Amino acid sequence: MLSRLAAIDPAPTIGADPSRSSLARRLRVGGSARYWLLMTPALALMIVFYVYPISRVLWISVTEPQPGLENFELLLTSASIHKMLLTTARISVLTTLITLVLAYVVAYALVHAGERARRWMFLGVIVPLWISVLVRAFAWFVLLRREGLINNILMTSGVVDSPLSLIWNETGVMIGMVHYMLPFGILPIYANMRDIDQRCIAAARGLGATRSEAFRKVFLPLSMPGVVGAGILVFMFSLGFFVTPAILGGGKTLMIAEYIKVQILEVVRWGVGTMLAATLVIVIGALLAVLSRFVDLRKLFGSI
Amino acid sequence: MSAFPSAGISIATRSMAWLIICFLVLPITIVFAVSVTDRPYLSLPHDGLSLQYYRSLLTSRAWHTSILHSLVIAAASTAIAVVAGTLCAIGCWRLGNRASNAVRMLMLVPIIVPTVVYALGIYQFWVDLKLIDSYTGVIIAHAVTGLPYVVITVSTALAGFDPRLEQAALSLGASMGQTLRMVIIPNILPGVISGAIFAFIHSWDELIIVLFIAGRGVFTLPRRIWDGINESLDPTMAAVASVLVLTTVVLLLIDIAIRARRTQ
Repeated sequence: MLSRLAAIDPAPTIGADPSRSSLARRLRVGGSARYWLLMTPALALMIVFYVYPISRVLWISVTEPQPGLENFELLLTSASIHKMLLTTARISVLTTLITLVLAYVVAYALVHAGERARRWMFLGVIVPLWISVLVRAFAWFVLLRREGLINNILMTSGVVDSPLSLIWNETGVMIGMVHYMLPFGILPIYANMRDIDQRCIAAARGLGATRSEAFRKVFLPLSMPGVVGAGILVFMFSLGFFVTPAILGGGKTLMIAEYIKVQILEVVRWGVGTMLAATLVIVIGALLAVLSRFVDLRKLFGSI
Repeated sequence: MSAFPSAGISIATRSMAWLIICFLVLPITIVFAVSVTDRPYLSLPHDGLSLQYYRSLLTSRAWHTSILHSLVIAAASTAIAVVAGTLCAIGCWRLGNRASNAVRMLMLVPIIVPTVVYALGIYQFWVDLKLIDSYTGVIIAHAVTGLPYVVITVSTALAGFDPRLEQAALSLGASMGQTLRMVIIPNILPGVISGAIFAFIHSWDELIIVLFIAGRGVFTLPRRIWDGINESLDPTMAAVASVLVLTTVVLLLIDIAIRARRTQ
C-alpha cells in the first residue's frame, strides 16, 4: 500500500514566512489553536481507536493470567514457540536477502534505463503493488500446488517424475513473500541510487578504474544507505506478514502473525497471543530505532 | 533523460532486471487464464474457453452480498479517513513545528505496527463495546488504519502549496472555513483524491482485522476469498480475482492521470 504514495517532502518552511507585519503575526498566534482544532478529529480517532487498544494488548501481555513476565518466559522455554520464532526469523531473513539482491538489480537497471524503458519497468513494479495481496497469494497457490501449473509443465515435459512440493512449506511461503516484498525493496533503493552523483563514477573511470572496480568501490558503497533502508523495511514487513504465509504455508509453516491469530481465535490463550504481539512490536521498534540512525525515516517512507 | 549513460550497464544486468519484472507481473496474469476454464476445477482451459464462472459470479448471492458489504465499509471508512486525515495534514502543515511533526509520525504508526497486533487490540475493545460483527466496528477500524495514507498524500500535496495564499485569504477577511473550502482544498484536491483511493483500496483489501472483529453478519470480499481459498477450490475465485485485478488497474490509471495533471 504504502509504496503507492508519492514522496513526503520535508515540512514546508513556515519559518521563512515573509510577512512580518503585526497583523500577520497576530493571525498566526490566534491561528495556532485553530490548527490544533483541525488535527483533533484525526488525533482523537488515533488515540481512542488505535493507541488505546494497542496499549491494552501490551498491558495484557504482562497481566494475564497473572501479573508478571511469566508469558515472556515462554520465549525461552516453550519448544513450539521456539520453532515458530526460528521459522519466522529464517523466512524473514532469507526473504529479505533474496529481495534485496533482486531489487538491487532492478533498481540499477531502472536508473540506467532510457526514459521509455524506465516508464515500462516502473509500471511493472507499481502495478503488482496495487493488486490485492490475497489475489496475488491465490495466483501463486494456483501455480505452485501439487496439481498446479508449474508441476504440470514440469511433469509433461518430463523434467521431473513426481510433482515437486512447492507449497505448504517454506519454499512456497518465500516465493510468495519475495513477490510481495520486491517493490518495497526496489523503490527505496532506486530513490537512493537516483541521487548518486554520476560524476563520481565518471571520475573513478577517468582515473583508471575498470567498470567493475568503479562499481564495487564507488557506486556500491554510495548505494548502501538505500539498501540498508530497504532491507530493514522489508524485514519489518516480513516479520509481521500474515496473508501470504497463511495461504502458501497452509498451516504447516507457521509464522508469528498466524501463530498469534491461532492463539487468540482458536486456542484462546490471550496471555501468549498478546505476549507475542508485544514481542513483535518491541522488535520492530528496535529495528526502527536502528534504521533512524542510518536513514531519514520520513524520506524512506516517502520513497515507496 | 536517463540520469546515467546506459553504457554503464551490461546486457546481462538489463535482461536480469526484465526477468525479475516478469516474475513480478506474469504470475498475476494466471488468474485470467484460469477464470475462463471449461473444467469444474482450478485449471487452464482444456477444450475451449468458457465464461461460466463469470456467469456464476454474476448470479451468486453470496458474492454479491460480500461485494456490497465491502463497498459500504470501504466507502464509509474512506470518508472518515479522508475528512480527518486531510484536516490533520492541513493543521500539521500550517503549524510546522516539532509537535506537528510528532503528530505526523504518530499518523504513520498504523503502517509500521503489524496489523495482527492492532487486530488483537481492537478485537478486545470491540468485545467490551459490543461492536463485534457490526458495520460500525469494521468501519472505524478501517478508517483509523486508512488515515496514514490520506495524511501522507495530502501532506505531499501541501508541500507544493504556497502558505502565503492561505494567509492572504485570512487577512482579506475570509473565515477559517471559507479559506479551507475555497483556497486550500481546491489547491490540494489531487492529493486528497489520491489519499481517498489509497484509503479505499486499503479497506477493500483488508483481511486480518476482519478475521478478528467480523463474523457471519459482516462478510467482506477478502473474507470470502479467504474462505474460498481455504475451503473450496471453485474456479469462481479466479473470476473474482480477475475482476479485482482489472478494477485495481483501472484505479491505478485514474491515479496516474490525476498525478500527471497535477504536475502539468
